[in-house]
Amino acid sequence: MEPSDHLFRREAGRMVATLTRIFGVHNLALAEDVVQDAFCRALEVWKFRGMPENPSAWLMATAKNRALDALRRERTARTFAPELGRTLDSEWTLAPAVEELFETHAIADGQLRMMFSCCHPRLPEEAQVALMLHILCGFSVDEVAAAFVSSHDAMEKRIVRAKKVLAGSRKLFDVLSADDLAVRLLAVQRALYLLFNEGYHGASSESPVRADLCQEAMRLTRLLLDHPPAATPATRALFALMCLHAARLPARIDASGELRSLFEQDRSRWDASLIAEGQRLLDLAATGPELTEYHVEAAIAWVHTTAHGAEDTDWGMIVTFYNKLMNLRPSPVVALNRAIAIAQRDGPQRGIEEIRAIANSDRLSAYPFYHAALGEFELRSGRHEIAREHFMAALTFARNPMERRFLEQRARACNTGTPVG
Amino acid sequence: MSEFVFLYRGGEAGRSPERAQQSMQKWMAWFKELGQSGHVKDQGQPLERTGKLVKGKQKTVTDGPFPEAKDLVGGYTLIEARDLAQAVELSKGCPILEVDGAVEVRPVMKLNM
Repeated sequence: MEPSDHLFRREAGRMVATLTRIFGVHNLALAEDVVQDAFCRALEVWKFRGMPENPSAWLMATAKNRALDALRRERTARTFAPELGRTLDSEWTLAPAVEELFETHAIADGQLRMMFSCCHPRLPEEAQVALMLHILCGFSVDEVAAAFVSSHDAMEKRIVRAKKVLAGSRKLFDVLSADDLAVRLLAVQRALYLLFNEGYHGASSESPVRADLCQEAMRLTRLLLDHPPAATPATRALFALMCLHAARLPARIDASGELRSLFEQDRSRWDASLIAEGQRLLDLAATGPELTEYHVEAAIAWVHTTAHGAEDTDWGMIVTFYNKLMNLRPSPVVALNRAIAIAQRDGPQRGIEEIRAIANSDRLSAYPFYHAALGEFELRSGRHEIAREHFMAALTFARNPMERRFLEQRARACNTGTPVG
Repeated sequence: MSEFVFLYRGGEAGRSPERAQQSMQKWMAWFKELGQSGHVKDQGQPLERTGKLVKGKQKTVTDGPFPEAKDLVGGYTLIEARDLAQAVELSKGCPILEVDGAVEVRPVMKLNM
């Protein structure tokens, strides 16, 4: 097993989701105990005898046997999943019922149910994302806290509270027959989008958790794609946008470990297969009347992949897409990105005007790249001293050493006067 | 060369999936290193944490618990080393020590003493 392989973490989500389907969502804690126990056994046995040929199947089989033990031991003391009715009461039906839920397609189905259940309408978006990461991706509280740059205590509180809401829901969300699938799907897509974004733009950019978050978001979105009622054009667009952004990940950090803006990335390091996959999904997403923010964001990312650099990028088209995005889901960050595109199209002065015109720009005041964009435009306009002040302001909000070094380098560039892009 | 038994006592298994996996990888790496240096006579076996205790002339049979979990033997390995000092030195690389566990190093008695 390679150190980079997160077998246990990955399997944890599949196991908890499947076990919860058997035990019932109110017994989430029991499912977690059984998983914990299976990991302990794997740990004990594998360290002495080596890994089995198919470790994932070994873990699943162990979880299944432990589940049967728990069901037999506790069926008089507890009630289990209401969905399974009385099948768990008799030995004749118990084993086949459990067996069936451990089949490959049922495991995927279980994960879907859990994913939809985590997006419970009573939970705020951040809690939904944290819960997904914890339950479906096997991240410990500390790992989730690291991903969201939060303290252990705050994250633990959030997750415990969210688990209570989840365990309090009568049963798992039924992705096959729920009337409100379409509504809940919106929340699921949003949570996956936030999860991906946290990995892509998040504050903990030097932490190794980062790329994992993007990967996990993509893995879960793929489950939606494989489930027809959830594989809507919006889901495809969401996956396209993830592919097209993830394709740029290898170039975001250069050989010397420094952050590279889109303008200075070595585009030959963009992942061609992910770009192709993104493009394919974006084409598939273009069916039906629905145009979501995911479509538009994917389209923007796609335009970038068609250019060799900032010079031959179709900024006019990008501005048009940002105008659409401002209609669909306006936010100060979208407005900032729109201003940057306008500056590319019409010159830095127009960019500065657009930034000044952003509504609620106070919500951007602690965002380092708000100040950095102003700095860049002032620098391009030849006002080096003002530009430097903006970069210094950006520096005070840098969220990690990599951002800090990037902004320091920009501030230094003001002395020599070399703008980027 | 003399023989020694390593008895692995206690030790908290990683609580999160990632920690559990890291712990396992450390154990595998450690066993591999021991094996390559020619000190492993028999890698041994893990032991279940439950079982029965048979005691006294009455042969009374009781379930665990055995001593507290922190003292429980979770497995053993048969080691070859020059002397006790070297065996102790070898045990110091055991990952169980990082998680509050202990390695009991016991010389196997020789026949020709």
